[in-house]
Amino acid sequence: MANRTVQIRAWALSGGIAALVLGTALALAVQAKGVGLHPADWAALRFTLMQSALSTLLSCLLAMPVARALARCTFWGRRALIVLMGAPFLLPVIVAVLGLLSLYGRNGLLNQMFQALGLPTVTIYGLHGVVLAHVFFNLPLATRMLLNGWHAIPAERFRLAQTLGLPSTFRHIELPMLAAVLPGVGLSIFLVCLTSFVVALTLGGGPAATTLELAIYQALRFDFDPGHAALLAGVQFAVCAVAVSLAARFTTVEGLGLGLDRAPVGQKAHWVDVPVLALAALFLILPLVAVVADGLPALLHLPALVWQAALRSAVMALVAAGLSVTAALILVQAKVAGAPLVEGAAMLPLATSGLVLGTGLFVLSRAFVSPEALALPVTVLVNALMALPFVFRLLLPQVRDLHRNYDRLAQTLGLSGGARLRWLTLPRLARPLGLGAGLAAALSMGDLGVVALFAGQDQATLPLVVQRLSGAYRMDQAAAAALVLVMASFALFALCDIGGRRAAP
Amino acid sequence: MKSFHLALAFVSLAPMAMAQTPVLTVLTYDSFAADWGPGPAIAKGFEQTCACKVAYVTAGDGAAVLSRLQMEGAGSTADIVLGLDTTLTESARATGLFAPLAAQAPNDLPVPYTDATFEPFDWGWFAFVYDNTKLTTPPKSIKDLAASNLKIVIEDPRSSTPGLGLVMWVKAAYGDQSAQIWKDLADNIVTVTPSWDAAYGLFLKGEADMVLSYTTSPAYHLIAEKDATKSAAAFDEGHYMQIEVAGKLASSKQQALADQFLAYLASDAAQSVIPTTNWMYPAKTPVAGLPDGFETLIKPAKSLLLSSVKAEAGRKAAVEEWQTELSK
Repeated sequence: MANRTVQIRAWALSGGIAALVLGTALALAVQAKGVGLHPADWAALRFTLMQSALSTLLSCLLAMPVARALARCTFWGRRALIVLMGAPFLLPVIVAVLGLLSLYGRNGLLNQMFQALGLPTVTIYGLHGVVLAHVFFNLPLATRMLLNGWHAIPAERFRLAQTLGLPSTFRHIELPMLAAVLPGVGLSIFLVCLTSFVVALTLGGGPAATTLELAIYQALRFDFDPGHAALLAGVQFAVCAVAVSLAARFTTVEGLGLGLDRAPVGQKAHWVDVPVLALAALFLILPLVAVVADGLPALLHLPALVWQAALRSAVMALVAAGLSVTAALILVQAKVAGAPLVEGAAMLPLATSGLVLGTGLFVLSRAFVSPEALALPVTVLVNALMALPFVFRLLLPQVRDLHRNYDRLAQTLGLSGGARLRWLTLPRLARPLGLGAGLAAALSMGDLGVVALFAGQDQATLPLVVQRLSGAYRMDQAAAAALVLVMASFALFALCDIGGRRAAP
Repeated sequence: MKSFHLALAFVSLAPMAMAQTPVLTVLTYDSFAADWGPGPAIAKGFEQTCACKVAYVTAGDGAAVLSRLQMEGAGSTADIVLGLDTTLTESARATGLFAPLAAQAPNDLPVPYTDATFEPFDWGWFAFVYDNTKLTTPPKSIKDLAASNLKIVIEDPRSSTPGLGLVMWVKAAYGDQSAQIWKDLADNIVTVTPSWDAAYGLFLKGEADMVLSYTTSPAYHLIAEKDATKSAAAFDEGHYMQIEVAGKLASSKQQALADQFLAYLASDAAQSVIPTTNWMYPAKTPVAGLPDGFETLIKPAKSLLLSSVKAEAGRKAAVEEWQTELSK
């Protein structure tokens, strides 16, 4: 019975997501003037695939030693480091790019050092710059997802391995975990990079670094060809579908039984962990320091509307996070219980172009209400939708474990419905739920997204205010407002993340 | 019976409608309507003369304004569309959504400009802006720049109106040789950004020696920040112009009010607001003259501008040429 309700709810939700994501694209597709991709579109597709694949590969490769080091080292400030290292993923894109340029730019710290040493300077602009920025954004995500995987390995397994004298805990315990978690991590990163466009263009150095998303932007803005935009969005969906099914194929389900929540033991820190963590922390935190340094001077001279917008954005972000986590939990539980297609629906928002989604919603909704009336609710909805894939991914491996290890017990005890949620699901999943909510809140906070298409004069969110300030020469104030944004995103993230960990058994 | 009810309804609604202040909706770009833009002052000034309210509805930039209008079509809630430039006016005209202007306001543009549908409210020359403490001998032409080792940041013509302006500039100055100019410029271009603010931000960060902006950009630094270190380089080929216009929608139910607004927009009161809020030249020089500081700006001897028809006809090919040459 309970199982059926879960399934029905998940189906309805999946249908809603698919309708929203595909319906908006369809709303544009019906205006198509002709079908067919231009040669420039093929070039954009090639570049998009190449940079996404490279960024994914590198992010995953680097995340493994970092997450492993974090999992087996205990030191003062470890939790703070984990939270802080998550920050880059939450930065608004252009803020992050400017932060990276403070280090690697033409006039950045690195080149200043090279010059002082009499070495030739390096340029960040090009494919390598794009990949560098994407790794900067996604390494934290990958690390967190893998770290959760390591945390989910019961300590008993390492003990057992020690007792049995297994030569390699990596091969027998950690590798199966990686095989279960990595495809999902890679998929998430690949899809994030797939729709990148500000990073790709700005750091790519020129139009050779054109992604599909930019082609969509062009189709909608200057060519006003919604049909072509929808076609390009269709290509993006197709790539997403291939990626989702590939990831599903390579995901193995591990199953070695549950543990008793003992503190992890038996995984001794290795000397390699120290330099790995130091380098990762430097790589991820230095650009943040630059963002703070850029923003500080004008922080006290911000107009009142910045603070109003910050409050508005924070409230919206929390609502979006609540929606996103609820939806993800429903979908993940259904997926684990064996419902097909649910995963596809959950990943779909990642493949959609924000611009297509926003424009489609605009076209569809304006027949009924004025766009301004909808600006804030639509933004919350879209933000919840955009965060869903990440929250889904975070929850999936752990819900799978929960289901496998506790489902029978719960059934034996007759634990179902609200009681099961209250006594089993929520406490067991507190960690990933907190992390997921924090991620969703912070992503929503920093997302410029659709609000730019809908907002009236007095409904500006903080990212929109940042953009408006920098569009009016007020770069200092824009940098300060961006700092407020970063701090607010971070506070929301930390609040949820730490809350989740406190609530965990 | 039915008509009686209808009549009754009208009688009871009429006083309400009269009591309601009419609202004039202006579709414009973000930075026009922003607190620090010209929008609030112009709205306030107009509201004192019209017994009405002005409401701004915004989109990211001129191109976004047009794209939003195209989405809304004849059902647009806007009365006025403000902030298109001459590279966009032909597409805008082709939508058939605009009504002809009621009156032609006189303007002081450096080139003759009249349009039956669109009223210019400000304009500027595109220019490469540099830091005069770091660059003491700026290039004297686009060719000079292309031959130099200077690094520049430009905006993408596929997503930004200044970016498109530069493509038109090269086209207007060099015609059939424009491909060669882009070929020569390629090694000067550090990167291409999606929007003006990203390019300007990169320049201020020291990522490039020059950035594509406007001749009036140094005025912002001088007047608002008391910083005289920014200058615009004067180029021999002449400087391409951006003329920003406003028009009235045929679907507007408040044609008279819309006309009144356009007349106010061309008035001295509104035009005096433009220079230090939009950091552009007002279409009609204010009686009191331009604000102090504007006299320090370069005055290009030659203004370049493709007619809106030519700009629209050549846009696609020119952008493709830009893309091809810079992708090599």
